[in-house]
Amino acid sequence: MSDSPSMASERARARFRVNGEPVDALFDATKTLLEVLREDLDLPGTKHGCELGECGACAVLVDGEPVLSCLALALECEGRDVVTVEGLAERGELHPLQAAFADLGGSQCGYCTPGFLVTAAALLERRPDPTREEIREALSGNLCRCTGYNQIFESVEEAARLLRARRTEEPA
Amino acid sequence: MIRLPRFSYRAPRSASEAAAILAGEGPDAALLAGGTDLLPNMKRRQQTPRTVVALRGISALRGVRNGSGLTIGACSTLTEVVRDGRVRREFAGLWQAAAQVATPHLRNMGTIGGNLCLDTRCTYYDQSLEWRRAIAFCMKKDGTTCWVAPGSPRCLAVSSTDTAPALIALGAKVRLESAGGDRLLDVADLYRNDGVRYLARRPDEILTEVRLDPADGIRSTYWKLRRRGSFDFPVLSVAAAARLAADGTVESARIVLGAVASRPLVAADAAHALRGGTLTDGAIRVASAAAAKLAKPMDNTDFTLHWRKRVAGEIVALALREIRGDDVRPDRLRLARHGLDSAGI
Amino acid sequence: MSDGRFDLVGRPRRRVDGRGKVLGETRFADDLTLPRMVHMKLLRSPLPHARIRRIDASEAEAHPGVLLVLTGKDVPGEYGILPVSQDETALAVERVRFVGDPVAAVVALDEATAADALALVEVDYEPLATIATPEEALTTPEPRIHAYGEEGNVHKRAAFEFGDVEEALAGADLVVDGVYSYEGNTHLPIEQHASLAAVEKDGHLTLWSSTQCPHYVHRALQKVLDLPAAHIRVVATPNGGGFGGKSDVFNHEMVAAKAAILLGRPVKICLTREEVFYCHRGRHPVKMRMRTGVKNDGTLVGMTLQTLLDGGAYGSYGVASLFYTGALQTVTYRVPRYRFEGCRVFTNKPPCGPKRGHGTPQPRFAQEIQLDTIAEKLGMDPAELRLKNVAEPNSLTANWLRIGTIGLAECIRRVVDASDFTGRHRKLPHGRGVGLACSSYLCGAGLAIYWNKMPQSGVQLKLDRSGLVTVFSGATEIGQGSDDVLVALVAEILGIEPSDVRAVTGDTDLTPVDLGSYSSRVTLMMGNAAIQAAERARALIAEAAAKRLDIPRERVGFGGRRVFDVEDAGRGLAWREALVAAEEMHGTLGTVGSYTPPRAAARFKGGGVGPSAAYSYSAAVVEVEVDPATGWITVPKIWIAHDIGRALNPVSVRGQVEGSVYMGLGEALMEEQAFRRLPARLSGALVHKFPSLLEYKSPTTHDMPDVETVLVEDPDPAGPFGAKEVGQGPLLPIMPAVSNAVYDAVGVRIHEVPITPDKVLKALDDRARGGPGRYGPDGFPDVEWPEALRVPPPWEGGDGNATNDPERKRAAKLEKVKRT
Repeated sequence: MSDSPSMASERARARFRVNGEPVDALFDATKTLLEVLREDLDLPGTKHGCELGECGACAVLVDGEPVLSCLALALECEGRDVVTVEGLAERGELHPLQAAFADLGGSQCGYCTPGFLVTAAALLERRPDPTREEIREALSGNLCRCTGYNQIFESVEEAARLLRARRTEEPA
Repeated sequence: MIRLPRFSYRAPRSASEAAAILAGEGPDAALLAGGTDLLPNMKRRQQTPRTVVALRGISALRGVRNGSGLTIGACSTLTEVVRDGRVRREFAGLWQAAAQVATPHLRNMGTIGGNLCLDTRCTYYDQSLEWRRAIAFCMKKDGTTCWVAPGSPRCLAVSSTDTAPALIALGAKVRLESAGGDRLLDVADLYRNDGVRYLARRPDEILTEVRLDPADGIRSTYWKLRRRGSFDFPVLSVAAAARLAADGTVESARIVLGAVASRPLVAADAAHALRGGTLTDGAIRVASAAAAKLAKPMDNTDFTLHWRKRVAGEIVALALREIRGDDVRPDRLRLARHGLDSAGI
Repeated sequence: MSDGRFDLVGRPRRRVDGRGKVLGETRFADDLTLPRMVHMKLLRSPLPHARIRRIDASEAEAHPGVLLVLTGKDVPGEYGILPVSQDETALAVERVRFVGDPVAAVVALDEATAADALALVEVDYEPLATIATPEEALTTPEPRIHAYGEEGNVHKRAAFEFGDVEEALAGADLVVDGVYSYEGNTHLPIEQHASLAAVEKDGHLTLWSSTQCPHYVHRALQKVLDLPAAHIRVVATPNGGGFGGKSDVFNHEMVAAKAAILLGRPVKICLTREEVFYCHRGRHPVKMRMRTGVKNDGTLVGMTLQTLLDGGAYGSYGVASLFYTGALQTVTYRVPRYRFEGCRVFTNKPPCGPKRGHGTPQPRFAQEIQLDTIAEKLGMDPAELRLKNVAEPNSLTANWLRIGTIGLAECIRRVVDASDFTGRHRKLPHGRGVGLACSSYLCGAGLAIYWNKMPQSGVQLKLDRSGLVTVFSGATEIGQGSDDVLVALVAEILGIEPSDVRAVTGDTDLTPVDLGSYSSRVTLMMGNAAIQAAERARALIAEAAAKRLDIPRERVGFGGRRVFDVEDAGRGLAWREALVAAEEMHGTLGTVGSYTPPRAAARFKGGGVGPSAAYSYSAAVVEVEVDPATGWITVPKIWIAHDIGRALNPVSVRGQVEGSVYMGLGEALMEEQAFRRLPARLSGALVHKFPSLLEYKSPTTHDMPDVETVLVEDPDPAGPFGAKEVGQGPLLPIMPAVSNAVYDAVGVRIHEVPITPDKVLKALDDRARGGPGRYGPDGFPDVEWPEALRVPPPWEGGDGNATNDPERKRAAKLEKVKRT
């Protein structure tokens, strides 16, 4: 992708990885990653609540960092590694975060859940044993109208315990 | 879903290539760094650039480098700034400012250069095209009246950058590059008190780096007033930096107010009043009152303007008490709703 | 379930829809796509009040990619959620009534094209005078926003008096008289409303929509489209949060359906966040005057309440909201005599309607603050005052509401203990305080919104030799966990696992009617219907198993996926074997259950709002820190106890309690549906001040305190296994508890929601100047009240009828005819 101009009516092409799989996508050049995920790549798990960066519902991981897909141009994802909620479970087995959110009331209506899950997944990568304060901070860009957050915090803590236990069971 | 308007996308590989594009496109081009300011504005049709010049591909614009002091590439994300140990250790005010911008996600995307160039904000302006049509637009975009004060000859949109007041207090400079060359500018001189033409940056210039002199014992701090513990732009912010002698005498001081005008306001009189004395409660009271006098908030942000005006002195006092060495963590915790320590996690 | 012991009920479990939600596989309305689907956008009025002279859509129609442009004349049928307020059209026919009122719809091949083409629709407006506030509505009879209503811009007034309240107040030792104000606020579900309409292969119309009430959407579509109801199917997609915001019938649902019919293609619309603010139907701004009289020992003797509701531009549920502001004051505490007068007016703003708590948080705010004031004046502990007046179980209230179980006293005791309220109230250092407040809410409205004698909730069960049980219910999953309640109750009764039961819900083609997920009605009503259906299935299976096992039916037990002899548990049938036996005996298996609420005790006109089969109760203690220099408020912790009757799934129940606390705290401190009126000499604009998720302040993770939740379980015979509601009640005490805590901290009374630092500071200034140290409205607007319907309270004789209702005799006669 050099500096050749591409108009909106034109299609842009980008090659990147989504949930570990290579993607070679053609899409309207002005589309955000959010739009391309939902509309062109058949991945509607990523949600939208404002499209202006004001709620966190559209959070995905790009190169491991939580970002808002509503404010990322899809064509700027060339060569990058994108993880959405659809990429958390492995072969049908829930990620410990997913299991904990489902078991402990971390998810009610489920609409903000994908954004919370990927954000929490990035936190646990960086910090396997986060404090409550660190969880609050990491999730402070995700709004939830249902839970009042406390059951979300507990879900993240439970998942962290599960992951740590799993790590000690499987010495690398 | 709100869609972006049409634009052509350019992705130069170097700052000079970007500058050449800007020279050719003129004011119809917009620079795209993290996208967290430009793209919402484009979705709301506040900005409809013909060309978007993306800076993401210019690796030279990223990273924090040592030199004499610190040089921060303008396209370093705010998270990168927050995670930088030198920033945290030596430039606490900048660290506290960067740590309180928006949300972790937005800091992962937004850059320090972008935050410095943040469009001025106003509750009459940061609205969709349809909403603005309902008020027949405003002076900042497509209209003639400043609805904040209909008699005002200029736009009163609010400077809402967190990092600018902190950097001004620290005496930082920015480098502006254009096809015609480059220049260093005090961050303080980057701004104008006009909501429309709020930057001294010419449309053909690119802000490429932020330069900080060695901290050299300067203590700095940043206090941000906003409704919630994240997301929100400041409705009032106070940056302060000072060098204290061993006996506590104030050798130099700077106090800067954010979010109460179209540019950060340097409270020179207040700082001057502190110089040569120690930070006694009385001195802090006098300086806080002098600084607060500058604050002329308008009714175009969250909270009432009277309250913002009223509490300005209290926030300045907190900043100065922190400089003095008071333990203001409980105050920080209450006001910021969190202790900042987990920022960058 | 066997021997009255539960296998599932009461145990924390993963909710049945939990897996889909965490996988991101739950399909919300905007996640749906169909082949050949096209996209719709709505053009909305930029003027608050105007007559439409002319609309020219020709340029938009000619725009490449545009398939269809619709205006009011294309979908002219009037509708409205309440039969008495049929005041909406899908698109404005000749009048726009607020900024955001839909005027035209554009359908195009893609959403961006539809959005672009909106700008090409030319509308010529003739501006009309703007009515911005309830006070203006009262004093500006012309222009009328609607031609119907009582008069001018008064939509509806109500007045009831239950006993001679002035006499009671005259005999009181203390009367506290106060005016209070409650700003409007909105639901703010993170999911924006979306709908997808398609004409399916059988020629019938299907609408998938993020609605809490598919049945009501179904009724409205039938009316607006003039199609047989049987040819319309409404499917409620899982709601990404509702809170009442998706319980009305919306313009975009009507228009998408019409467009799909005209085009013969699926049509989708998803609203922008700004448009969601225009849909609104949220909390009414209410001004209140309340007077409460007590004896020196704290016994309540009487109360009067006046409310003035800013209804916005349409009726919505507003008449019900109005009555609700007066309905539930008597349910928490025994109020021997009570008078309520209320008035709802129209203004040029997005219509208000039901938000979590529907009409009751506003007067609850007034009442619980007033009790705090009374306690102080009497030198009583606020908890003691409340405990002294707690209403009796199995009693009638002054306004003829029938209370069943009441766990309020226990709730008060539990939060007071947990928070050490008594040890800290009035004892904390300046700047810190604790506040107590209580509340009650109904478990489903006793009356449907349209008059009928049919069940309010129906459930069907299909069982077969595979072992699977499919349960069909019209109830809608909006995040509250109704699918889980449905499945758990059926599984409990049949002794199987939740995974053996599949729920099919919220689909007017497939599921029996349930009125919808509003009014906290689902657990109680759907739950009772589900229990009835499941018990009928159990009886069929028991009969077959008894025969197979050669034991009397009474000895057949269910549990652990087995049907067995309770006296010899080793003898039994596997669940599938039992179903085979039942199918052999009875043929194809299926059962139904239904629920109709008990008849209300009240007979007077207007007495239909308030009655419920059961009432939930809550008590909360909020701790605050208030900085006297800035007024800044910090909430370190909240304790809440909720009388749930029985917690069917404690994980979900706690989630509902704490979610309510969250939303209540947002209302208490920062949420506000505010409007901006430009200087009238320069502009007629009246706009939503900040229709965005950034400026409408919803608390973040950093703003939410720890919450200690206590569940009080006193099973109510009216509820399924004793369960009562939890989705709304726990929100109610938070706002007054915050206000009471602020008073305890810094000695000022904030009589207005939201409670913000600037108001605290103003009140502190007021006190410093020698004033009472209060922030709130100065007075109650001048409303011309109608003569009150006089209904003697139960303990003063009477039969629940008004003694001065001219229509009463006629109505009584009519009722007699109906019953015979």
